[in-house]
Amino acid sequence: MSIIYFLIGCSILMALVFLGAFFWAQGNGQNDDLYTPSVRILLDDETDIRPKPEK
Amino acid sequence: MKESVIAGQTLCYHCGNECLEDAHLFEEKTFCCTGCKSVYQVLNANNLCNYYSYNDHPGANRASTDARFDYLDDPEIIRDLIGYSDEKISIVTFYIPEIHCSSCIWLLEQLNKINPAIHYSRVDFLKKQVTIRYSNTGASLKQVVELLHRVGYEPLISLQDVIKKQDGSEKDYLVQTIAVAGFCFGNVMLLSFPEYFGLSGLEQSLKHFFGLLNILFSLPVVFYSGRGYFTSAWHNLRNKVLNIDFPLALGIAVLFVRTITEVYTRTGAGFADTLCGLVFFLLVGKFVQKKTYHHISFERDYRSFFPVAVQVIENNIEKPLPLSQLQTGHRILIRHNEIIPADAILLKGNALIDFSFVTGEAAPVSKTLGEIIYAGGRQTGQAIEMEVIKAVSQSYLTQLWNNEAFNRKDDNRIQTFSQTISKYFTIVLLVIAFAALFFWLPTDYKRGIAAFTAVLIVACPCALALSTPFTMSAALSIFDRNFFYLKNTAVVEQLARISTIVLDKTGTITTGESKSVNMVGQLNSLQKQLIFSACINSGHPLSRMICKYLGNQQKLHINNYFEIPGQGIIATLGEFHLRIGSSKMVLGIDNHAVQSTGVHVLINDAYIGYFEFIHQYRQGLTDIAALNPQYKLFLLSGDQDNERFELINFFKRQDAMLFNQSPQQKLDFINNLQSSGNKVMMIGDGLNDAGALKQSDLGIALTDNVNNFSPGSDAILDGRSLSKLPAFLCFSKDTVRIIHISFLISLTYNVVGLSYAVTGNLSPLIAAILMPLSTATIISFTSIATHLAAKKRKLS
Repeated sequence: MSIIYFLIGCSILMALVFLGAFFWAQGNGQNDDLYTPSVRILLDDETDIRPKPEK
Repeated sequence: MKESVIAGQTLCYHCGNECLEDAHLFEEKTFCCTGCKSVYQVLNANNLCNYYSYNDHPGANRASTDARFDYLDDPEIIRDLIGYSDEKISIVTFYIPEIHCSSCIWLLEQLNKINPAIHYSRVDFLKKQVTIRYSNTGASLKQVVELLHRVGYEPLISLQDVIKKQDGSEKDYLVQTIAVAGFCFGNVMLLSFPEYFGLSGLEQSLKHFFGLLNILFSLPVVFYSGRGYFTSAWHNLRNKVLNIDFPLALGIAVLFVRTITEVYTRTGAGFADTLCGLVFFLLVGKFVQKKTYHHISFERDYRSFFPVAVQVIENNIEKPLPLSQLQTGHRILIRHNEIIPADAILLKGNALIDFSFVTGEAAPVSKTLGEIIYAGGRQTGQAIEMEVIKAVSQSYLTQLWNNEAFNRKDDNRIQTFSQTISKYFTIVLLVIAFAALFFWLPTDYKRGIAAFTAVLIVACPCALALSTPFTMSAALSIFDRNFFYLKNTAVVEQLARISTIVLDKTGTITTGESKSVNMVGQLNSLQKQLIFSACINSGHPLSRMICKYLGNQQKLHINNYFEIPGQGIIATLGEFHLRIGSSKMVLGIDNHAVQSTGVHVLINDAYIGYFEFIHQYRQGLTDIAALNPQYKLFLLSGDQDNERFELINFFKRQDAMLFNQSPQQKLDFINNLQSSGNKVMMIGDGLNDAGALKQSDLGIALTDNVNNFSPGSDAILDGRSLSKLPAFLCFSKDTVRIIHISFLISLTYNVVGLSYAVTGNLSPLIAAILMPLSTATIISFTSIATHLAAKKRKLS
């Protein structure tokens, strides 16, 4: 049964890694703007294409 | 190429406005003004016409922009605006009200294609902000702003900088505390399950190990996530106030202490799961309640209305000066559409001042040389020179902000239901806890302490504390969907208490363009052309409306044109002599019989007739009038009383309508109503209402565009939703009723729990079930009930 001590230790360690990752993302400002990236992904990178012909 | 032609009207390729004349053509595209055309030319020259392919008419109208950014060379102003700067690069964030579509994001993030010195630009769409990083060698702040202006996105730079304030505000770590609480809650639940299902004799050593781990997980929950409750409770105790945080903090502390003792003495499993769950749910409730509108500011005052700098003439040299350095005796130059920042004497030029924002008076006022012009007016027409006689902070308009209404602490104004009830709740709770303690103490002191702590644990008002935030956040999202933006959740309760409604006139129940034009008399097509050709030259709002009324006419050549500000137009076109304007100018008589504003037309000394401008009130006014007599209605206008006869239909009583009110009088009127026991809601739009909005129990700023300036208030209402005001009032009452019911539900849970607790036999399992169960009931009840209520009021 003593394996359970090791397993619990592992699970907590992993959970702590994820918690740390969340803190890092939060401090890094990754969650500051949750809307604009969803629009940005739909925009084209190239700038010199002419406006689309008549629809 | 797509030409937008709708029913004979030509729409501007850039901004989508109707083109009054076809003068602005470029590459077969029509533009409504030179401003829009120049934006297109800039984009075209830089191969950025993709801008127009994401959306039709993505631009904002640029008809009246005459921007000057010389003041951005002033090192002091630069220092105030720039967020970060070193030798090589600077980072600056601008608030740009025009950001509204994907084209905006695309174009603003391609700025480096136009000026390579810009390293990158990033748009935050919801905040309507763009962050630009540029190299100091290749560009200056002024050049960056000019570039933004050239592509049609002029940033809003004001004394009360919105962005600086957002950055300066204390960062709260609510999300982080929730993350920690959630993390610990999950792990503690996992470790507590074996205890619920029972452990065999072999696994008893594990039990103690789990207990110790649970204590370890509770530590960050209590001392990091839950710290806010302790500080708040302590703070309130010192101010001799009992708010809901006190029983919560007490509950958390007791749970923690009892868990440690139980695990240490090996007498039980402790309440670590209840503790973590409690803090987690409470924090989630706090998070839900905190609704932020990124692009709306409720705290604006005159400083966000005034420019950052003003042009000063010193020794015949014109130079920009920051407004804070403006002093008595300075000679200032005010151009078309610029705002007069301080009380000043007119020295040179034709002043035609639009005071609509300050006084509510709709028509521009002309001033003579030597006259004092109060701050806040907007000059229309040619540039004028003035001498400052009072500093910005001392002027007539800004003195309003010295009134005590503006220095009052906002916090105490709105007493919420939960604040009222938690006072009694805490007292009753303490009485029961001590009664249980003293009942058992003589016979069994262990049981007495167990009962005492159990009462504090079970009665910990988790559900009570959650009912308000969850109901209110659901209500706020309903209001939000109907273009009614509330500053915080307490405003909903305040809305339910209102007994008196005071309305401003100009801009609130009328809009700038809400007059409809009607021609009294017959016009043939030549006369239409003549009038159109004369009026198109004038910037006066009435002339613009006449042009719009006459439609797209062919413009005739004008031989002679003269405009008397505030009076009318005299023009000669070929053999025709036109006089268009007020009855005094055209006919030489003051005609008071015509109630609405009239513009008379005289062609070759023959009277043709007049244009009638009938005031149209916002659609909602009849709905609001129907609130009488349930609510007392008042009209408080800074304008003349020439609409008294039309408005009496809505306000019924003569004494309910007050005209010619100064901003201070408005404030005093609200104050009088309040001292006779009324709960007053003020609806206004301009700076002249700022005092009244602040003084009232609930100030609502009405605006047609939430990005525009609106004075500091508790709520911002979009003009389109004014008709829904009665529904809003009913809905706010429903919301308060829902909170009352949910309080009853959570109290029932408390009573059930207490009946176990007073005997001293509270098992951790019952506490662990009761707490989430009551929370789940409250959350589901409040959100369902709120949405049903919204449906009933036709708001969802």
